[in-house]
Amino acid sequence: MSTSRGLFGTSLARKYWMALTGLFLCSFLVVHLLGNLPLLTGNQEAFNAYAHFMTTFPLIKAVSYLLYASILLHSIDGLVLARQNMAARPAGYVKYNGAANANWSSRNMALLGTITLLFLIIHLKSFWFEMHFGFVPNWTDAEGNLYKDLYTITVAAFQQTWYALFYVVAMLGLGLHLWHGFASAFQTMGWSHPRYTPMIKALGYGFAIMVPLLFASIPLYILLT
Amino acid sequence: MSSLNAHIPEGPLADKWTHHKAKIPLVSPANKRRLDVIVVGTGLAGSAAAASLAELGYNVKAFCFQDSPRRAHSIAAQGGINAAKNYQNDGDSTFRLFYDTIKGGDYRSREANVHRLAEVSASIIDQCVAQGVPFARDYGGLLDNRSFGGVQVSRTFYAKGQTGQQLLLGAYSALSRQVAKGRVQMFARHEMVELVVVDGKARGIIARDLVSGELERHSAHAVLLCTGGYGNVFYLSTNAMGSNVTAAWKAHRKGAYMANPCFTQIHPTCIPVSGHFQSKLTLMSESLRNDGRIWVPKKKEDAEAIRSGKKKPTDLNEEDRDYYLERRYPAFGNLVPRDVASRAAKERCDAGFGINKTGEAVYLDFASAIERYGKEDAHVQGIHHPTPEKIRALGEAIVESKYGNLFQMYEKITAQNPYKTPMMIYPAVHYTMGGIWVDYNLMTTVPGLFALGEANFSDHGANRLGASALMQGLADGYFVAPYTVGTYLADDIQTGKISTDSPEFAEAEKTARDRMEGFLNSNGNTPVEVFHRELGKIMWDQCGMARSETGLKKAITDIRALRERFYKEVKVPGKMHEMNPELDKAGRVADFMELGELMCLDALSREESCGGHFREEHQSEEGEAVRRDDDFAYVAAWEFADHDPGKAKLHKEDLVFENVKLITRSYK
Amino acid sequence: MKFTLNVWRQNGPQDKGRMETYQVDQVSDDMSFLEMIDVLNEQLIHQNIDPVVFDHDCREGICGMCSMFINGEAHGPGRGVTTCQLHMREFSDGDTITIEPFRAKAFPIIKDLMVDRSAFDRIIQAGGFVSVNTSGNLPDANATRIEKSHADAAFDAATCIGCGACVATCKNASAMLFTSAKVSQFALLPQGQVEASERVLHMVNQMDLEGFGNCTNTGACEVECPKGISIENIARMNREYLSVSLTTK
Ligand SMILES: Cc1cc2nc3c(=O)[nH]c(=O)nc-3n(C[C@H](O)[C@H](O)[C@H](O)COP(=O)(O)OP(=O)(O)OC[C@H]3O[C@@H](n4cnc5c(N)ncnc54)[C@H](O)[C@@H]3O)c2cc1C
Ligand code: HEM
Ligand code: SF4
Ligand code: FES
Repeated sequence: MSTSRGLFGTSLARKYWMALTGLFLCSFLVVHLLGNLPLLTGNQEAFNAYAHFMTTFPLIKAVSYLLYASILLHSIDGLVLARQNMAARPAGYVKYNGAANANWSSRNMALLGTITLLFLIIHLKSFWFEMHFGFVPNWTDAEGNLYKDLYTITVAAFQQTWYALFYVVAMLGLGLHLWHGFASAFQTMGWSHPRYTPMIKALGYGFAIMVPLLFASIPLYILLT
Repeated sequence: MSSLNAHIPEGPLADKWTHHKAKIPLVSPANKRRLDVIVVGTGLAGSAAAASLAELGYNVKAFCFQDSPRRAHSIAAQGGINAAKNYQNDGDSTFRLFYDTIKGGDYRSREANVHRLAEVSASIIDQCVAQGVPFARDYGGLLDNRSFGGVQVSRTFYAKGQTGQQLLLGAYSALSRQVAKGRVQMFARHEMVELVVVDGKARGIIARDLVSGELERHSAHAVLLCTGGYGNVFYLSTNAMGSNVTAAWKAHRKGAYMANPCFTQIHPTCIPVSGHFQSKLTLMSESLRNDGRIWVPKKKEDAEAIRSGKKKPTDLNEEDRDYYLERRYPAFGNLVPRDVASRAAKERCDAGFGINKTGEAVYLDFASAIERYGKEDAHVQGIHHPTPEKIRALGEAIVESKYGNLFQMYEKITAQNPYKTPMMIYPAVHYTMGGIWVDYNLMTTVPGLFALGEANFSDHGANRLGASALMQGLADGYFVAPYTVGTYLADDIQTGKISTDSPEFAEAEKTARDRMEGFLNSNGNTPVEVFHRELGKIMWDQCGMARSETGLKKAITDIRALRERFYKEVKVPGKMHEMNPELDKAGRVADFMELGELMCLDALSREESCGGHFREEHQSEEGEAVRRDDDFAYVAAWEFADHDPGKAKLHKEDLVFENVKLITRSYK
Repeated sequence: MKFTLNVWRQNGPQDKGRMETYQVDQVSDDMSFLEMIDVLNEQLIHQNIDPVVFDHDCREGICGMCSMFINGEAHGPGRGVTTCQLHMREFSDGDTITIEPFRAKAFPIIKDLMVDRSAFDRIIQAGGFVSVNTSGNLPDANATRIEKSHADAAFDAATCIGCGACVATCKNASAMLFTSAKVSQFALLPQGQVEASERVLHMVNQMDLEGFGNCTNTGACEVECPKGISIENIARMNREYLSVSLTTK
């Protein structure tokens, strides 16, 4: 008389997917960040090579589909959860002191996620879409290999104040999303232990600060130099 | 005055239950499905009985007035549950538990019932552990025990200070399992307001759905009342707010005798009363007396100084303190039975040594225990010359591990830190040994009507030992009623479903409706609560820790007058067909007012002091209780008569003691 | 002390409900919150206004019946207390106090501050038990030794009083803390482990059916829980459920 609905459908299963995709996205953030860092040193070659590698290397291509799927799954699942959660309390409180017992970002994950989603759409449009389907000038490196010059496009974009600011705000949103999200994913998966959970939490806070901060430092650097 | 037959099986005491069970007629599984049983109440007794009967195959309907069976008053029991397991190898046995219970009850309980209780006690623990009840364990992973008042062995099993909760949740889980199977139909937020008797047999109840306010008819082949105690007749007690006598009282009015109604237990360690609007009193578990020492100042000046706030308890030196229990009862000291401890506190306070503003409080002090444990622990940890601070810190940690939640509870209520300053305590009404009269099979004088748990009178005589009520509730529910109810039902397999269309049902429903409408239509202006408070005061003053002929007579007059005023002046807002807690309360208080009179009548007729019943006329020169076995070794069972609680007829069940010698209880 | 009370009044499940404002005086600081409401109710009866309906019974923090949402928090501003254990000394003279029922789709309002929490009973019925019948022939209670730390952790989880503050507090009205406490209690004991897989599946399933929200791990439940039930229990349930989901057919 098992009522297992396996890994779909139940509230817990939905959350496992959230956590797994969320953590996968976190690992992607690290790779992406490492690739972006050459922008800080003005290393056009390294950046373009990275962009090229990312768009052409077969294994990366495969992983990138997983990435798109994750973003989609994480977003849709997240919004479904948020809707269910709202429906679970149709008549709200007249007075609700949420700050008394939970931090702000944990209470606003859907909002923060949506900001991130908007950012992703615009971000993908201006770089990923252009790289794949739009017009990107060609660039040849010292050995004469031909690349698309994403570097120039990126630098040009970040020199626009509004774009750079938008990028920074979005990173703030992502940082807050991860402030709660990182450790939360471990709790969701049941990876909790009195000994290790404090470390995971600390790691999560570090991650939530450092990664978005480094991302945001790039447009700021470009804008200001 | 006729004599009552308790249907005690023949044979030697230790074999009665085994032989009785062996001779019980059985009902086949197919027939069980055709038999309906109503269980009113889902405390330990009710949940256990409902679950067990359903497991056997009967159709069970269970009722409780709370929103969930899990919230029955049993949940509040703190200290523990006794069982003759002898895990501590300290000389415990079935006989010793039996003996302690009989003696603790001051020889006013029935030998055969008490022995059966002791016999099944071990199975209760096995049953609960199998259900996943998380009892306290020692480092070896075995069950831990503590000792409780009135005994010299450690036989009490516990789950921190939440034993009742854990046991009830165990029984509730068993009940829930049967609800899920459809074997039990659960009616929460339903209150039984009438018993229905058809052809002399209990055949159903009228229940009010507290949410819709509708009256419902429910029929069955047997009705089990597991409705708990009636301590709230005193208004202030440690019982939950909703605890009431209504179900038992309706049964009484329909022919069930009430036995020893005046036997009330006043618990010595409760948080003292603090104000007029106080709605209930909070118990501090008796287990605290294992380590706490009870005292008042030796000198009246000191007591006065403390009362007026000029001195603090910690200012008094050892020689200025009167550890009166240790002084009066050296053998048992702070662990004397409850009735003795309570009266001793009252005696000191009446003499002017009370230590709070009202003069009605004594100290329960943990300083010695903290020091003793601190030293022990320092030794264990190999600390050779610990500072007093270190000892205190270690000691406090041990005391916290034992009683942490109780200390916390105390601090929450009083805003005082009991690790630093002694607790203040005073006796409060806690438990009612009296209740519906039942025979050996737990059947009342109405055939087919059974009473289990605190609702019956059966096992505790004139005083209950700590940790024995939980034991009795579960014994009745898990291990006695399933057999004895089955015996009764064996004659009913041909009966078929009981119709609810009979005139008896109609008439019972009408009685209930008329009464409620009466309350709602009363033109008075006084809330029910006010009458309850007044009743409580009368009862506490005249029928509390000390009773006298003049006081009791006065109480009877006062209660009758109060009752008359109640019906004229009460105001019950709201309507019949809605959730209306004031209406529920009116019904309960009305019944308490009738019960109160009967309690006084019973106390008046029992011209001796025994257990919790202390008649001022019957005491020794040192103020100890004087029991009169020659004239009063009986159960007083009262039959309702002439539509008037004051005209109840007394029936006596003589108590025969073949296995214990009646001696004067001495804890000296 | 004197207070201004904003109290949610709602005549029945169908009624829309509204806030009403009342004044109470004659409140002393060692009164409990419910005793303060008693004072209000006696006053309302005298004024011919229907008294405020609320759930309560033991008044010592163990039955789990009392359930008020006070100034935006379940069981009010105190920590580790139920409404009945909250004392007026936590407030200052003259304060305005807002009192609402526990709100959740799965806890429909019966009247005023009283809600229907039978969803919790149904979650327990789905599997919150060990399947042993009453029997005088079970193994001796000491036949299986249980490591003290496990027994203690099981006890801590088992102290849940089923009050629903976790649900009331949770921004998602999730019942994870309640459900996981029971799952954990049994998962930690050998007696409960036999049926552990079925139990967690059924209980989670029922929890979802009742219309509670999902768990965002905000941790608010743990803060407001009067019994200090830890969200480690939620992690344990997540773990149990995951491993069962991965291994059942
Ligand atoms: C504070 C406190 C601490 C205690 N500590 C201990 C202890 O440590 N050890 C010990 O052994 N004993 C202790 N006791 C005593 C013990 O808890 C009770 O005697 C015992 O739990 C009673 O169980 P019960 O099943 O008979 O009734 P209860 O648990 O009182 O249950 C009564 C049931 O009847 C229902 N009911 C009542 N009237 C009606 C009605 N008219 N219609 C429908 N349903 C109705 C209620 O809803 C409830 O479900 C303590 C008691 C108190 C007050
Ligand atoms: C790089 C991008 C992102 C990363 C790294 C990320 C990471 C995470 C992580 C780790 C969690 C915690 C999961 C858990 O509690 O188990 C989470 C939760 C969440 N994410 Fe994201 N996320 C990202 C983008 C998004 C987007 C685009 C959305 C779209 C709406 C979103 C919506 C949510 C929501 C609603 C939750 C909370 C779910 C819940 O617990 O109820 N996230 N995210
Ligand atoms: S987990 Fe805590 S808040 Fe939730 S029902 Fe249990 S005791 Fe109440
Ligand atoms: S009334 Fe029982 S917990 Fe508050």
